[in-house]
Amino acid sequence: MTTAATTTYLDHAATTPLRPEVAAAMAEVHSGPLGNPTGSHPPAQRARRLLEEARDEVAAFLGRDPGDIVFTSGGTESANLAVLGTAEAALRERGDAVVLYSAVEHPAVRESARATAAAGMEVRELPVDDRGMVDPDSLARALSSRAVVVAVMTANNETGVVQPMADVVQAVRRRAPRAVVFTDAVQAAPWLDLAEVTGGADLVSLSAHKVGGPVGTGALAVSPQVALTPRQFGGGQERERRSGTQDVVGAVGLAAALRLVAAERPAAAPRVAALRDRLAEGLLAAIEGAHRTVPAGVAVLPGHLHLCLPGVEREELLVALGAEGVCASGGSSCASGALEPSPVLAAMGVAPGLAAGAVRLTLGYGTTDADVDRALAVVPSVVAALRRTA
Amino acid sequence: MRVLVAMSGGVDSSVAAALLVEHGHDVVGATLKLWGGPSDSGCCSVADVDDARRVAQQLGIEHHVFNLTEEFDRHVVAPYVGEHVRGRTPNPCIECNRSMKFDRLLGRSERLGFDRLATGHHARVTDGGDGMVWSLRRGADADKDQSYVLSMLGQDALSRVLFPVGDMTKDEVRAHARRLGLRTAAKPDSQDVCFIRDAEGRQGFLSRRMELHSAEVVDSAGRPAGSVEAVELVTVGQRRGMGHGSDGTRRYVTHVDVAARRVTVGSAADARCSSVVLAAPSLTWVDRPLHAGARAVAQVSAHGRPVPCTLDDHGVDGDLVVRFDAPQRPVAPGQTVALYDARDPDAVVGAGVAA
Repeated sequence: MTTAATTTYLDHAATTPLRPEVAAAMAEVHSGPLGNPTGSHPPAQRARRLLEEARDEVAAFLGRDPGDIVFTSGGTESANLAVLGTAEAALRERGDAVVLYSAVEHPAVRESARATAAAGMEVRELPVDDRGMVDPDSLARALSSRAVVVAVMTANNETGVVQPMADVVQAVRRRAPRAVVFTDAVQAAPWLDLAEVTGGADLVSLSAHKVGGPVGTGALAVSPQVALTPRQFGGGQERERRSGTQDVVGAVGLAAALRLVAAERPAAAPRVAALRDRLAEGLLAAIEGAHRTVPAGVAVLPGHLHLCLPGVEREELLVALGAEGVCASGGSSCASGALEPSPVLAAMGVAPGLAAGAVRLTLGYGTTDADVDRALAVVPSVVAALRRTA
Repeated sequence: MRVLVAMSGGVDSSVAAALLVEHGHDVVGATLKLWGGPSDSGCCSVADVDDARRVAQQLGIEHHVFNLTEEFDRHVVAPYVGEHVRGRTPNPCIECNRSMKFDRLLGRSERLGFDRLATGHHARVTDGGDGMVWSLRRGADADKDQSYVLSMLGQDALSRVLFPVGDMTKDEVRAHARRLGLRTAAKPDSQDVCFIRDAEGRQGFLSRRMELHSAEVVDSAGRPAGSVEAVELVTVGQRRGMGHGSDGTRRYVTHVDVAARRVTVGSAADARCSSVVLAAPSLTWVDRPLHAGARAVAQVSAHGRPVPCTLDDHGVDGDLVVRFDAPQRPVAPGQTVALYDARDPDAVVGAGVAA
């Protein structure tokens, strides 16, 4: 198909472009001799210094001690390590374990939790209400002294809905004092002050490519009192929590990206939220029957806009928008690349007919007024064309 | 033209896409994910989607995966099971072509602004010269001809589809794929029903979705002649598992009565049939209908031998009787009968389903 001349990228929640400053910081790592951080010669010492400087910055971003930070290959590995590592450690110690996760968790968390069932643990899914938020009452009911890990994401990848983390932590401390709280902060990282929002959690995961860093790098913060069994074995790096030679370049990239986010967020978050609101209002006015999936008054990340467009199929919508250079997303994909029905929307009770026409537009730090203008010009006409021939 | 090409990950649709690109069309590839369950190779495995996507990349065209698993389950798998419950023998490939490729995907291609939908079927579509009437013809490779599984298409669909490999033999298709270095060049042809694994077979697949019942086997005089495990899986004309008669000759199924749980067997001669009734609602015509008295050539399975026949009224609600010139293997209820032009036996005239 003829490719559109301009690209209007509105899929920042899937991945956001590598920031030039981050690329420069990563290139800088290679400007000098770089050894294996575990060695003793000067290039190794340099590698170790760069790694620990990066660790300091990631720790500062999360409001934690540098010793809490484990570098990983990304959000999925961090989630696997958090869920399986804590559940397995608890099972070994207590011989019994219940793993809880919210119904809107990213597949990395959900499938990690479900995988613990094979090891003999009990797995429970926590329902969400029609706003997509974990209901503290249901959580309280589901909690018992048998709970070992409770996974609730900081903000949802599809809808952008921000979870009531403080209430979650409080409920867990009260009803299951020995359980740990893990929060997947991958989506929230560009937009929220994680030191404040996730401060009560025991484990927090990050992914570099959602904040303008490189794909293939992430981190997991693990509070000192948390018992964690490793998922991969070898040289005992990362304080025996994650073996394997550390990716110094990736760690430097993650740290540089977080530094930019921390500096720019106070101005970027309200600016992007205003762009998002203008986009939302324009689309709702121009597309008959369109509505926001998340009800008004719910805290949503500044970059997220999730819409239900009756009378169109999202697979067709995404292809047609792509042909016009507008990049959007329809939710989760399976191994083949086909779109799957969204478990997030199902958990919120969105009718399958409406979910069929669901589309996610996500803005990023680089999104401009011109991007929003272009989307406002393209999306309604594409929807109208699809409906006309339906 | 803007063309959407359905790419299964096999060699035929790979070459179909390649030919369209070579002819200068604006081409986009799409792979349907139809079956959500386990399969051997099927048309929906991740490996097949990977093959289709990689071929599209090699050809420099965009590629999409469309998830139609729910619709496939509802419109192909469920009726397949339902027909077995009634003791009939359905053809799910025809149903898939009808309701998935040449209905849902065709509609989608139109909504997305494509002029044509192309597939890798071995068949030919030609316009009658005046540009008004489209005909459906057998593929050039007699062994690979797939006109039977497309025989239910009418003018509406035929005017909007392309079968780019229909003029080629399978060897030519493979040679073309090799020349282009496509990874699907040596891929084996797909076999059997895509959503049933060899390991479980039809019985294993159906036993998880419906109740199968044992039945008595009787001869034409009603005398006991054994039993079968699942009456729903027995097909008229079947020889396997029916043993031999008292005279030592092989026995064939002549009648299946699911409700009475009874299978009747007879000699090879008893199992020959001289006609089949096509139910009126199942009749489709490429262009104009044939009426009583018309001569035609019938094909009753995907690679069956074409047999000359005469059509006749059945007297009931427009049902049509196909009278074969010479008795032949019986046609099981649910089987599709494709009708070809008596004077131009490569041209499909229409199709119907055995009552």
